Amino acid sequence: MRRNTSLHVGAALLSIYILFHACQSEQAIRTAQYAVNGQKLYGMHCQNCHGAKGEGLGTLYPPLTDSTFLITRRKQLPCIVKNGSSSPIQVGGKTFNTEMPSNPQLTPIETAYVLTYIGNSFGNKMGIFTVEEVQQALADCR
Amino acid sequence: MRSIFFLLMSGSILAGLAACSNETSKTLPILGSRDPVTKVVDGKTITDTLYHTIPDFELLNQDSTLITNQAFEDGVYIANFFFTHCPSICPTMQRNLLKVYEKYKGDKRVKFLSHSIDFRHDSPSVLKSYAEKLGVTNDQWQFVTGSKASVYGLADSYMVYTKEDSNIPGGYDHSGYLLLVDSNRHIRGAYDGTNDEQIQLLFDELAILLKEYE
Repeated sequence: MRRNTSLHVGAALLSIYILFHACQSEQAIRTAQYAVNGQKLYGMHCQNCHGAKGEGLGTLYPPLTDSTFLITRRKQLPCIVKNGSSSPIQVGGKTFNTEMPSNPQLTPIETAYVLTYIGNSFGNKMGIFTVEEVQQALADCR
Repeated sequence: MRSIFFLLMSGSILAGLAACSNETSKTLPILGSRDPVTKVVDGKTITDTLYHTIPDFELLNQDSTLITNQAFEDGVYIANFFFTHCPSICPTMQRNLLKVYEKYKGDKRVKFLSHSIDFRHDSPSVLKSYAEKLGVTNDQWQFVTGSKASVYGLADSYMVYTKEDSNIPGGYDHSGYLLLVDSNRHIRGAYDGTNDEQIQLLFDELAILLKEYE
């Protein structure tokens, strides 16, 4: 009887583990899909200024390699991508005050793609930006 | 056996020499149209070739100083056309030209000349701020502005397409070519400033052109 119980518990734990693992890899696949789509959009809308490696250019255009900057402003990022930015910002210890143009044509899903690409490239590890997250952030844009 | 060895040796040395001389004798062509001119010298009629030449210019640089062709006549220079708030090809083109600038910084034989095609917005102070932010710290790289007629006219001489077009993001359409010009104002090479392979070719051909000045 006792042996049976422990077997059951073991089986339950195993199935939970498999379920969890499946979910995780599904999430990883989705993140990779978003990033691949985002890479194309990045090449079209961002790369000229921010560079193929997210390196930026002098103090004209900021690099996208400052993970701390990106993580602390995660909620503002969809707004910056969509509406551009005109206030001076500090990135990687340097001040940038070139105006960033807006990208009004980008849909929320496209914004999610491009942010997932940036957020998981150039040394960044921010995970997926979902459409829901982007829509929520866009609704809260100042 | 020995003679075969010597034959092989001398053969490979000859091949090596041939390869070397081939390398050093490469010269860059003079690009653009050419016209034959006949003139009489010492009573004889001779025909000469008139090559495409960059005309005289006078433009305002980032320090609000008028500069002319004189500033570039003791070496070679690389010219291009851009504008400071260009959202499309300019940043990539300038990022690539910056690599050439950084390699030749301090080498007075190589200069750089960026013409702004936005004659409305890009005043000398705007160009100055742009140059500093790009990372240009000496006068080897000049950023110039002028009247629309003078800059767009020069673009034609450099064989670069420029056009005001309100349908294009930024308001101006232009091609991102980098032009390698020698001290006789002849264009010796044209490279797509947004293409990595073309930039490598510029590095190689600039070195070849500089050999003419050694």
